[in-house]
Amino acid sequence: MGSVSLSNIRKSYGAVEVLHGINLDVADGEFTVLVGPSGCGKSTLLRSLAGLETISSGEITIDGKVVNKLHPKHRDIAMVFQNYALYPHMNVAENMGFSLKLAKVPRAEIEAKVRKAAEILDLTEMLGRKPAQLSGGQRQRVAMGRAIVRNPAVFLFDEPLSNLDAKLRVQMRSEIKELHQRLGTTIVYVTHDQIEAMTMADRIVVMKAGHVEQIGAPLELYDNPANVFVAGFIGSPAMNFLHATAKGGQCVLADGTALGPLPVPVAEGRSFTLGIRPEHFIIDQAAAPALVSLVEPTGAEIQFTAHLGGASVLVTTRDRITARVGDPIGLRVEPGRMHAFDAKTGQRIEG
Amino acid sequence: MAAVTILIGVFGCICYFFLSNIALDRLYPASGPNAGANINRANQIRPWLFMFPALALLTVYLVYPVFVSVYLSFMDAEGDSFVGMDNYIWLINDDKFRESMFNNLLWLVFVPAASTFFGLVAAAVTDRIRWGNFAKAMIFMPMAISFVGAAVIWKLVYEYRPDGQEQIGILNAVWTAMGGQAQTWLTSPVVNSFLLMIVLVWIQTGFAMVILSAALRGIPEETIEASILDGASPLQIFMKIKVPQIWGTILVVWTTITITVLKVFDIVLTMTNGQWGTQVLANLMFDWMFRGNDTGRASTAAIVIMLMVTPIMIWNIRNAAREAR
Repeated sequence: MGSVSLSNIRKSYGAVEVLHGINLDVADGEFTVLVGPSGCGKSTLLRSLAGLETISSGEITIDGKVVNKLHPKHRDIAMVFQNYALYPHMNVAENMGFSLKLAKVPRAEIEAKVRKAAEILDLTEMLGRKPAQLSGGQRQRVAMGRAIVRNPAVFLFDEPLSNLDAKLRVQMRSEIKELHQRLGTTIVYVTHDQIEAMTMADRIVVMKAGHVEQIGAPLELYDNPANVFVAGFIGSPAMNFLHATAKGGQCVLADGTALGPLPVPVAEGRSFTLGIRPEHFIIDQAAAPALVSLVEPTGAEIQFTAHLGGASVLVTTRDRITARVGDPIGLRVEPGRMHAFDAKTGQRIEG
Repeated sequence: MAAVTILIGVFGCICYFFLSNIALDRLYPASGPNAGANINRANQIRPWLFMFPALALLTVYLVYPVFVSVYLSFMDAEGDSFVGMDNYIWLINDDKFRESMFNNLLWLVFVPAASTFFGLVAAAVTDRIRWGNFAKAMIFMPMAISFVGAAVIWKLVYEYRPDGQEQIGILNAVWTAMGGQAQTWLTSPVVNSFLLMIVLVWIQTGFAMVILSAALRGIPEETIEASILDGASPLQIFMKIKVPQIWGTILVVWTTITITVLKVFDIVLTMTNGQWGTQVLANLMFDWMFRGNDTGRASTAAIVIMLMVTPIMIWNIRNAAREAR
């Protein structure tokens, strides 16, 4: 059983505070992903949870037990590192069994556990090999195997896929997700890649500069971002942001183009930031006029940049449009798909 | 005078490379009808041209002496007449030679082991304490002292003064303060050999520490963090994670010190001159060469030293090459 609770976690290096009071509850068996740009404190938070860093204040609870002062080995956690951190002088089996050997588990039991983990991860053939003789994906699996044999309450992953090539990353992503479904162990996973977060997580924690920006299920974050940062960070290609003003119940762009009714009630004349995802534009020659400035077909869909209302917006469509650079095109937005954010604070304007 | 010598030497070297290069280009100009063939030929000659000074010096001072030593070891004391295996037969039956072999083996076991061990401990400890860099500088300092200088320093440490006088050697001072009788340390067999070895350990520990410290810093931090999470204690991290990862470097340090040990000479000459059972091979060779005036026997001893060093040398170079890869 591995529930994790972080309350008001603060961490300072000297006078510089890098975590400003983080609160987070992870339910038993949940797959939680901490995501954010580099330097946002997500890795520091994970390492604090593991006990590799000390926190300045706050309380870390694992499975109902406060672990602030507990040595990492007593926290009932296992961690998978970005560079795998395999012991180069030990073979795969020794790497996986090292923690059990230190804990003086009988040899037969170690062998059985290692064998079982190796079967789960499809590593049985590799048990006698040294890490240097393995490919990146295999090393990553050994690192996971090392975590699995300990049967911990919580798995911690620190950017485990960033060193793999794009194709392998997609494959390992689904392997980790399958593993989670099979073992049902709580996972806290750190990444800077929002696609990893979206595809794997039960719940995503978006962090920025030592603050939590929003916590929620992947699609919840996608559909209802709490602020401009989350809106721009989640989703690829990123959301378009336009300066708009509320006039007569319409979103009016800088050059006076009306793009449609306000998504939420906004005071007449108030300017705000309008957020529109690229795929929520609809091409409609009768709608707001725009000029195509760049066309990028990706196969499944076509991505194009257009000048709309004095700004540049990115649009993706599954239609096979024939527009070329310089052609005029009409754009409107799917009803209910516009987001309004406060122009100053960046917070979502609630209806 | 020294400045002039340096100037002539450095300038001479530059001139050699510069002028010989020009001469080669004149001989095979990179133009005209045969430009391509000339460039190829010049490129084949150029490395040899540049290596020639080094090769010549090595041949005169290293290769040639080896062959002459082998030749002399089959000749009599004056190097005039052939005596066959006589020198070798004499050597095997000589008490001083046996003593030297035994002592060399003692040195061979004790000095590399102790130096590497203390160097490893010093490297591990100095990386963890605040004044570690100062400690490192202190431990490394003896490397800058010549073997003779170090021997003189330690001779004073082991110094003996007759009863009734104040003991100026720190070893005897401590010994008498603890209620012991002042000893002439350097004349008591076996103990005195170890007292000489301590001098070399004192010098070589700094070398071992510097190399091993660099190796320890090269260990990926994540493997150490992973072992902390796996539940390893600091001692277990050191013994089971760090040391195995730098094992190759430890071997290189060990064998490098081994070669120094096989050639040890200055310390023994300065402190005991091989008396009281402290003789070693290199000093034995020196004795026969310059005191015994017997080039045959001295060369024989030299050949024995060479035969002992060569395999370790080859192994060491191979190991270092593998490390570098």
